Amino acid sequence: MSATDDSTGGSPESRLLEVEDLHVEFRTREATANVLNGVGYHVDAGETLAVLGESGSGKSVTAQTVMGILDTPPGFVTKGAIRYRGEELLSATEDRRRGLRGENMAMIFQDALSALNPVYTVGFQIAEQFRFRRGMSRKDAMAKAGEMLDMVKIPNAKQRVKEFPHQFSGGMRQRAMIAMSLALDPDLLIADEPTTALDVTVQAQIMDLLDELRRERGMGLILITHDLGVVAEVADRIAVMYAGRVVEESDAESLYKRPAHPYTEGLMESIPRLDQKGEHLASIKGLPPNLANIPEGCPFHPRCHRATDECRRKVPELLELRPGRYSACHFAEELISSE
Amino acid sequence: MTNAGEGQQRILAAGAYAEGEIEARQQGESGDEPPGAPEPRQQAPKQEKQRGLWGDAWLELRRKPLFIIGSVIILLLVAISIFPGFFAPGDPNAQNLTLARQGPSADAPFGYDSIGRDIYTRVIHGARASIVVGVLATMLTVAIGSLVGLFAGYFGGKTDSFLARFAEIFLGLPFVLGAIVILSVFNAGIQGAPGTIRIMLQVILTIGVLAWPISMRIMRSAAIAAKQQDYVNAAKALGASHTRIIFKHVLPNCLAPVMVYATIALGQFVGLEATLSYLGLGLQYPVVSWGMMISDSQQFIISTPHMLLFPAGFLVITVLAFVMIGDAVRDALDPKQR
Amino acid sequence: MGRYILRRLLQLIPVFIGTTFIIYSLVWAIPGNPFAGMCGPRGCPPAFIEQMTQEYNLDKPLPVQYVLYLGQLFSGNFGQTFNGIEVSTLIQNAYPVTLKLATIALVFEAVIGIAAGILTALRGKGFVDNLVLAATLFLIAVPVFVSGFIIQVVFGVQLEWIQPSVGSDPTIGQLIAPGLVLGSLSMAYIARLTRTAMFENKRADYIRTATAKGLKPRRVVSVHMLRNSLIPVITFIGTDFGALMGGAIVTEGVFNIHGIGGLVFDAIKTQEGVTVTGVVTLLVVVYLLMNLLVDILYAALDPRIRYD
Repeated sequence: MSATDDSTGGSPESRLLEVEDLHVEFRTREATANVLNGVGYHVDAGETLAVLGESGSGKSVTAQTVMGILDTPPGFVTKGAIRYRGEELLSATEDRRRGLRGENMAMIFQDALSALNPVYTVGFQIAEQFRFRRGMSRKDAMAKAGEMLDMVKIPNAKQRVKEFPHQFSGGMRQRAMIAMSLALDPDLLIADEPTTALDVTVQAQIMDLLDELRRERGMGLILITHDLGVVAEVADRIAVMYAGRVVEESDAESLYKRPAHPYTEGLMESIPRLDQKGEHLASIKGLPPNLANIPEGCPFHPRCHRATDECRRKVPELLELRPGRYSACHFAEELISSE
Repeated sequence: MTNAGEGQQRILAAGAYAEGEIEARQQGESGDEPPGAPEPRQQAPKQEKQRGLWGDAWLELRRKPLFIIGSVIILLLVAISIFPGFFAPGDPNAQNLTLARQGPSADAPFGYDSIGRDIYTRVIHGARASIVVGVLATMLTVAIGSLVGLFAGYFGGKTDSFLARFAEIFLGLPFVLGAIVILSVFNAGIQGAPGTIRIMLQVILTIGVLAWPISMRIMRSAAIAAKQQDYVNAAKALGASHTRIIFKHVLPNCLAPVMVYATIALGQFVGLEATLSYLGLGLQYPVVSWGMMISDSQQFIISTPHMLLFPAGFLVITVLAFVMIGDAVRDALDPKQR
Repeated sequence: MGRYILRRLLQLIPVFIGTTFIIYSLVWAIPGNPFAGMCGPRGCPPAFIEQMTQEYNLDKPLPVQYVLYLGQLFSGNFGQTFNGIEVSTLIQNAYPVTLKLATIALVFEAVIGIAAGILTALRGKGFVDNLVLAATLFLIAVPVFVSGFIIQVVFGVQLEWIQPSVGSDPTIGQLIAPGLVLGSLSMAYIARLTRTAMFENKRADYIRTATAKGLKPRRVVSVHMLRNSLIPVITFIGTDFGALMGGAIVTEGVFNIHGIGGLVFDAIKTQEGVTVTGVVTLLVVVYLLMNLLVDILYAALDPRIRYD
């Protein structure tokens, strides 16, 4: 099912989701923050795209814009396109977009405890979709909700539908969240840091579950994370975001072997590795840029050890260096061919 | 009774919100991708952050029209209550029956009351009683409540549940009703004409006794939140004494919600004093107070509406000014509500 | 749930004892003779004092008096005023009026307050929001006795739309204006509380989830946002009803309504100790039971409470 091979091929029409040159601003009384500055990526059916980046890099905002759940205000889309199976979404009616949510695209969130309504049972919240999108009776919908919980391997699902979110453990809650998102059988699932709030052992279980469900259903999966380790096993392709742009995109294997952007390099070096025990763990110096005042030139230059005058002046474009490998760095060619 | 009772509840709610906000704000910097947050995300040391909260609040307040208008009114009232003679040189209790119930004129801008006392002079001299009672009652309430709340929240366990029950005893008393009972007991003990200071003190003490549990609850939950902070544990681990931890580390972090309560309570207590005086249980002759003036106007309301209009107007404006400031302070101290 | 209620109920006992004991000692332990000034300038006849001392065990230590008094109270004997009227009769006459007034005030404050709060929250920042904020600010700042006065004079005396003085055994219609006055302050608080809670929940993660599920906005608001936002509002209303049931001394005074507030106020003024302690004890019980009800309601509305 891996779609690594055809990631560069395929006409735009066959693509499940395509984001192009997306610009989003957050306007507050004090300032306007340029949160997205031309994000572009795509996902095909059955494929896992990992979107990687630090807090504030715009990965969640992109996902929310795709789903159409961006808070406006403060968020405003100023430019760009989002196509779902070739259909332009940004110009679609709110009704159409609502129709797509849950049915065609669904999203799961980082903190399942706050993402589930505390005053309703888990079953009620899953059943809601069957009742109001499928017109099922309360009872049938509840039974279906039980089946969904069973599908995500929650033991004793028939009983647990009647419980409240706070009665679930963290991992179970995230499973319930996944069950809820898959209720209407969407073909695109966006998982926004689905394992960040969980214990390491549970993390692996949830990732396995997501991967399994994607394979079974042939869904496209967008996995948003800041943790390179999490995506290593499941991602087909990886898009690295920085300051509201994709700075590197590549199939997972090549990216791990040889990152083509100094920022990705930095991220990789900051993963603790067993074979480097005792060595000093590298980290990227400095802080992510203030989005209300992004530095001129390459936004990464203040933190980049390769920065030159050119970097300070000119924004590097995202260029295809090898088939399926993109990087937005003036030194990309050098990085990719170095050894 | 209900009005102040409700006041209590609401103030409690307001305070509780403030707590939540401030807590949220302190934790809000953990940085789980606040979408494109323009604010710089540095990890400043704790002390720095605290100053930041107050500094930010002050910056925010200075731009708020509500706060500016409220403060100007309050400053003017404070000036009036310190130097009433400067604004109205006459004797507020001087009467001239020939002038009784005359309407506003050039001589007496607010007219005369039923026994020929100059209403303008009385309203000006009445400010002092309202402000003094309001301010002192608030200080007393906050002082008792905060201290008890701080100990209850910090020590927790048995101390906490004992103090909580103890506070509930006073909350169980309906506010105005409790005040009436207490004040009538006080008044029964008075022989002859009571002194000004004694009357005021009675009202202040009564409000203090009945209102302290509210600030206690606010302080208690703030203290519980604060004592769980890492720097408190660090101080404990370093062997600091309880007293030192409470006053050096916990208290400074609990001040904001109590401040919010205090500003709103000020307005409430000014209104409460007027209510008690109106009922004939609060301030009494020779003290001049707006509540008494409103009470006096009752029988003459049709023929002499200005007897009600001016003291009631001053009272409403004063309470409004305090409530406006309280509102602005709360907004400034809790960014989430904006 | 059962254990939770039981625990709250047990916690009420010391509070009940503490509160009523304070009132009892304040009323009966007034320095000096408790009957001073009670029967007018001549003083009470010795026989009466004798009888009262007997009946209320005034010669015994205060705690003993108090316990004996409570015992009587719980056997249904509220005692008599010194005119020989049963206090329980007075309460029976006054309570229905207070209950009516409280209910009217409650309906007003709940309906208008919640509606205003929801309206502002849904409209977002703007004219309506500012209007409601200004109106509530004003309502909070005007003491009840001032607003009661003004309503009475303007609508009662000048426009003659309402009866300025209600008198005994009032109809619902007569109590509408006083009820509005009584509920005005809480109305403002409820509007603000609803508004704040709605604004907060608007940005809650679970609202985003509900939207991401593709639910219609109407359902997102009414089922997810409103239900959660009304939890604090409903508990406020419950507590407030407890306070309202204690009578409204000021409102009843202004409109001459013979309710429980007026009863207790007159009793304090005439130093009718028996009436004061009896009624206040009853009010404290009502208030505490309402608080218990609010706690239970809260637990029923918010499932997170039940299990901690």
